[in-house]
Amino acid sequence: MVEKTVPATTDANAVKTQEEIRAPERHLTPPVDIYETSDGLVVVADLPGVPRDGLDIRVEDDILTIQGRPTVEAQGEEVYREYALKDFFRQFELTDTVDQEGISANLQHGVLTLTLPKAEKAKPRRIPVHLG
Amino acid sequence: MLDLLREMEQLRREFDRAFTVSHPPSWRSAFLPGRGARQYPLINLHEDREHLYLEAMMPGADPKSIDVSLVRNTLTISGEKARWTGTTRVDDEAYHRNERAAGRFVRTVDLPVEVNEKGIKADYRNGVLWITLPKAESAKPRHISVAVAA
Repeated sequence: MVEKTVPATTDANAVKTQEEIRAPERHLTPPVDIYETSDGLVVVADLPGVPRDGLDIRVEDDILTIQGRPTVEAQGEEVYREYALKDFFRQFELTDTVDQEGISANLQHGVLTLTLPKAEKAKPRRIPVHLG
Repeated sequence: MLDLLREMEQLRREFDRAFTVSHPPSWRSAFLPGRGARQYPLINLHEDREHLYLEAMMPGADPKSIDVSLVRNTLTISGEKARWTGTTRVDDEAYHRNERAAGRFVRTVDLPVEVNEKGIKADYRNGVLWITLPKAESAKPRHISVAVAA
């Protein structure tokens, strides 16, 4: 049996994404589902407590950044605490198979759904063969 | 019959306690439950003189499935979180990542004081359930004036 190992591609000069630089204690990483459909990719992220105007989604240098600021509206004195909401932050690298202009977002009940359509060139094409 | 109920209740509390001790809620990183989380949803509890305020973090729960009920001072929250946001089913093979937990959940919370069940309000906003529970008259703090002998 041949054991294959994939060499780690570590490039010392590679630009670090913001996620690596940021201290992990300062933000929460939302859990995500990513799945493929015939039209492209769908990214689903849990962002509890984040209102529509607290959400910031951007694409820059092929990096998709999701940021969310939850509203904290606690009244009275704390009795018992199991969680503390902080700003949400997560980044993904996009390949050129994604049509970046066509990305759409929908936020409902604290769940963000991003639809990333396939770029035209990534769509399978049938090449007709003419018989001579 | 009542004794049986009470014993069941006691058993349940003992189970709850056993799990809580060995697995303290680590809300630092696990602010969202992973799979197999014993307690879902996670809650926070606040109070003032008149009310208890409970918030439960449960993003993506179907609002129609959410149910809040009270028996004596045990509050039960249940609901269902759908695996897919749309109506279409997604095949397992289509997933690149699957980190979000899904399914039915039930959690019971023992409230620290008696509450008045009539005035309970629950509101589901941005994936967080806010429950306001008015304290029972007997649970509100009372000031007793102290007569000082001259």
